[in-house]
Amino acid sequence: MLKDITLGQYFPLDSCIHKLDPRVKILLTLFYIILIFFVHSVSGYLLVGFFTLFLIFLSKVPLKVVIKSVKPLLIIIFITAFINLFFTGGEKVVFSWKFIKITENGIINAVSMALRLVFLVMGSSLLTYTTSPILLTDGIERLLSPFSKIGLPSHELAMMMTIALRFIPTLLEETEKIIMAQKSRGADFESGNLLKRAKALVPVLVPLFISSFRRADELATAMECRCYRGGKGRTSLRQLKINSADVLSIVIFAIFCAVLVLINVYNIRIMGY
Amino acid sequence: MIKVKDLIYSYVKDDGEYEEVLKNVNIEIEKGDFVAVLGHNGSGKSTFAKHLNAILLPLGGKVYVGGIDTSDDEKLWDIRRSVGMVFQNPDNQIVASIVEEDVAFAPENLSIPRDEIRKRVDDALDAVGMSEYKNHSPHMLSGGQKQRVAIAGIIAMKPDIIVMDEPTAMLDPIGRREVMQTIDELNSRYGITIVLITHNMDEAVKARRVMVIDSGRLVIDGTPKEVFKNVDLLRSIGLDVPQVTLLAYELKKQGFNIKDDVLTVDECTEEIYRLCQ
Repeated sequence: MLKDITLGQYFPLDSCIHKLDPRVKILLTLFYIILIFFVHSVSGYLLVGFFTLFLIFLSKVPLKVVIKSVKPLLIIIFITAFINLFFTGGEKVVFSWKFIKITENGIINAVSMALRLVFLVMGSSLLTYTTSPILLTDGIERLLSPFSKIGLPSHELAMMMTIALRFIPTLLEETEKIIMAQKSRGADFESGNLLKRAKALVPVLVPLFISSFRRADELATAMECRCYRGGKGRTSLRQLKINSADVLSIVIFAIFCAVLVLINVYNIRIMGY
Repeated sequence: MIKVKDLIYSYVKDDGEYEEVLKNVNIEIEKGDFVAVLGHNGSGKSTFAKHLNAILLPLGGKVYVGGIDTSDDEKLWDIRRSVGMVFQNPDNQIVASIVEEDVAFAPENLSIPRDEIRKRVDDALDAVGMSEYKNHSPHMLSGGQKQRVAIAGIIAMKPDIIVMDEPTAMLDPIGRREVMQTIDELNSRYGITIVLITHNMDEAVKARRVMVIDSGRLVIDGTPKEVFKNVDLLRSIGLDVPQVTLLAYELKKQGFNIKDDVLTVDECTEEIYRLCQ
């Protein structure tokens, strides 16, 4: 059933990471991603690795699930590593055959690029695993709200996300109904090549579009009936509050940053790398 | 509470011609009343409903809500707040993906402080009997439950009047019963004025006052008993009457001495029992 698809990839558990303020989580994740690109040494990667494992452990999300999140990006990671491996110049040539030349720098670049991408995906997945889409939307809205003064429609963006999330299951259900209706009239979705299958989807998409427009129209009327007039002066039922756990997590993260900076500054290396 | 004076409205058809949907409708609705507006498809009853909270503005005549003219631009949000509206399809009225978030939507729009929103949300969910589902996702609920959530979303505005535009048309019999029970309770326990647009006779019977609209005109207006007596008239404009009323009507036509204003099965049994004796 299409209906069983989970929204986003939220993993509802009761952990200290889940309970953190979404704003704090979003910002720390951003910093984490930026930091990864400043890591140059084996000791740095070890530190990032341990820190990431520590976070996954705290979040109670099974390690297998987090590792799985890297899977869809494996191809991109391989291609990036591949390009780095063969197209990085350098003095020390480790292997050469005809025009192919692999340098030591190339190997280092390839491995570090791959590691960076893996950590990047794991870190950002951890954010979506531990934060419900609603809180994520809320967090993004609050974080962007200072920019509304310079014309960024932060409330409107958040509203659109909320409505999109709300309507995903409804539209999936509808898609299923239309597919069944078309099948019962003899439509064939399962055979033929890719082009033929894509063409078979047209009679599904057209009614789906039409009904979505009708829904949008009705929803807009219903929202107006409930006195919706944009984000100005809106209050909110949910309150986001920074508490001691959030402060603690910021401190822990700051220590992590400091250690990484120290590793970079003092150039601490393991076996010369 | 609501005063509709000489209301005229027309749509522009595809060929550019005007089609008059409402022709000189005059209606007054008292505070605390439970009014059913009956009519078959295309009779203009939905168009009429949309005039009550200024979604549509009259092309001729006036609509007053609590003394305020609905075409007064500055009072638009006062009118929208005091006249809540529930539509046919619950799916297209629910905005948020958590029940209590959705109920909070209207109070949030009205800039009500957080503590008060909390209270209103809890009260509204309580009034429709959906408190235990407050953290559910709407798409996991049944049609009747969803419609009750939509109603709670309106109650949280604390409206004086709720206009329901065929709220049970898309529901199964159980959902219908749930929603009708909720509507009944809102009227009797909370004193909210109800305007129920419907084409279902059995629902109209539950109202205190029934108005029948046909091709844009108010045809009959009275208590259910007064209205459903007019079996011939109702049938001529394409409406049914409750089965028991029809039975009594047919018996009377055959020369039996039976009351012609029975509305419920109990009343009818009693009458027939009396006849047999």
